[in-house]
Amino acid sequence: MIQVQELSFSYKHDRPILADINFSASKGQCTAILGNNGAGKSTLIRCLNRILEPQQGVVYVNGQNTRELKRNDVAKSLAYVAQHNAGDRFTVFDTILLGRKPYIKFEPTQEDIRIVESVISRMKLEDFALRYIDELSGGELQKVMLARALAQQPQVLLLDEPTSNLDLCNQYEVLGIIREIAKTEQISVLLIIHDLNLALRYCDKFLFLKDNRIFCYGGIEVMTPENINEVYEIPVTVQELNGIKVVIPFPNKH
Amino acid sequence: MKHPTTYGSYIRYKKLFILILVVAVALAALWAVSAGSAGLSLQEVITTLLGNGSKQSSIIIFNHRLPRILTAIVAGIGLATVGCAMQSLLKNPMASASTLGIAQGAAFGASFAIIVLGAGIQNQTLDGITIINPYIISLCAFVSSMFSTLIVLGLSYFRRVTPESMILAGVALSSMFAGATTLMQYFAADVKVAAVVFWTFGDLGRTGWNEIIIMTVIVVASFIYYAFNRWNFNALQGGEETAKGLGVNVTGFRLLGMLIGSLTASTIVSFIGIINFIGLIAPHLVRRVIGNDYRYLLPASGLMGALLMVASDTAARLVVAPIILPIGAITSFLGAPLFLYLVFKGVGGRK
Repeated sequence: MIQVQELSFSYKHDRPILADINFSASKGQCTAILGNNGAGKSTLIRCLNRILEPQQGVVYVNGQNTRELKRNDVAKSLAYVAQHNAGDRFTVFDTILLGRKPYIKFEPTQEDIRIVESVISRMKLEDFALRYIDELSGGELQKVMLARALAQQPQVLLLDEPTSNLDLCNQYEVLGIIREIAKTEQISVLLIIHDLNLALRYCDKFLFLKDNRIFCYGGIEVMTPENINEVYEIPVTVQELNGIKVVIPFPNKH
Repeated sequence: MKHPTTYGSYIRYKKLFILILVVAVALAALWAVSAGSAGLSLQEVITTLLGNGSKQSSIIIFNHRLPRILTAIVAGIGLATVGCAMQSLLKNPMASASTLGIAQGAAFGASFAIIVLGAGIQNQTLDGITIINPYIISLCAFVSSMFSTLIVLGLSYFRRVTPESMILAGVALSSMFAGATTLMQYFAADVKVAAVVFWTFGDLGRTGWNEIIIMTVIVVASFIYYAFNRWNFNALQGGEETAKGLGVNVTGFRLLGMLIGSLTASTIVSFIGIINFIGLIAPHLVRRVIGNDYRYLLPASGLMGALLMVASDTAARLVVAPIILPIGAITSFLGAPLFLYLVFKGVGGRK
């Protein structure tokens, strides 16, 4: 459960990047954060786990004000996966073990190792465990990053465009895993995504950002052609195909 | 490296590598004690180290060779771990005390102490200098190198510069300090200029037991600090945002880590002069074998640094014995080609 109240952020002496952000997302819920480039989606996600420190506003996770927590304790309740993850000379196992960093004092305990092993088998990464992550494909790397976030045992999972570098098959697989994690672990997932059809298939709630504010927030009922047109400034139609809502854009001819 | 089958065997492999390095450093040190212009057999060395040697061999070993070799080991560990730490802190494979202008800054401070404050004089009877007050030189070197560190750190915080520009800032600072040193020398007396020149050669022979103790305390303290932050180093490998997301106070860790590294490097440099490339090469050499996990990379880098220093110093003493070559020249002369090799093989891993 995450609650955001009156959050606003700006870089020094500059126009606000985010203003008056108020919303809450419950356990087991997948929330898509939608909007144009520059609307403040990445900034919003980074303000939630204090990668960026918002000038105003409070973020509560399960009723706990995150501003009052130490960085390590913030990392125990909110996990974050960046959009670009450089492959490095690190094995998959060590990368996921890094998710235990907020808990480890000096040496990882048996418990830490056990959690890493269970996350590895949950994400079906056993065959990769001792590979270096710079040898992995985009889909495999994204799964490793999700596994690392899971090893943090968070209540909230923040994902910055988890599907942006993936092929079609991997987009569906990774989003399927994310949704399943949200349901079974009762984690609240907030993810930035550009593909509205993927969002419709895998998310429960939709938060539109426009001009650095929340334009609208709600369930599938907010995915109307009018709202999408307003936010993305492109005409669309929303139709049902075999019981699935699909968004089809009609760009203006030049 | 082949892919091992279990995590346990993979970790054992890294621990084994560190153990091999420990043995290698010990053997190299033993060999270095016995090798030299006054020939001592390995047996004599061992009996003397155990306290049963002749008076003459005791003097050679305890007054000359042992301080030298301990200096080489301590300085090697210090320079290599600082280089290793800075490469992660600045997320830059080129970072080390010598490429960030810290070494030149320390050299300027030491020159200032020798020329302006008169902290060291040329010893007429021996080919060396006598440092009257090593603590003044140490202090000046430290202040001066901190100036260098603060500029590089300041640039990275206030202007969000890239790692490349940080290296360029280091080059610019090195150049500025070199110019300032030259200007000072231009107006200084011959004897003092000679003292500065001798100082900058890098020489392990000028440290006594007091200096070794000071260096050891600082190197051990900085190593302990870095070792306790090994998970922070590992988290930083994924980038600044990922590290913050994993609970690292990136700004504070970077500032403190750089301050401690600068303190350690400038202490070493102010005692033994400029030693190039150890801080750059040692971490990259071991990184190729055991990867980027700082749990193992830090101690392995330190040991590799010690090994390289002992080997370079022994080479410096033996090549044209009885003349002892300046070790700074040896590490640069041998280090640069090795570094070029690493650059063209691809730093830190396969391409």
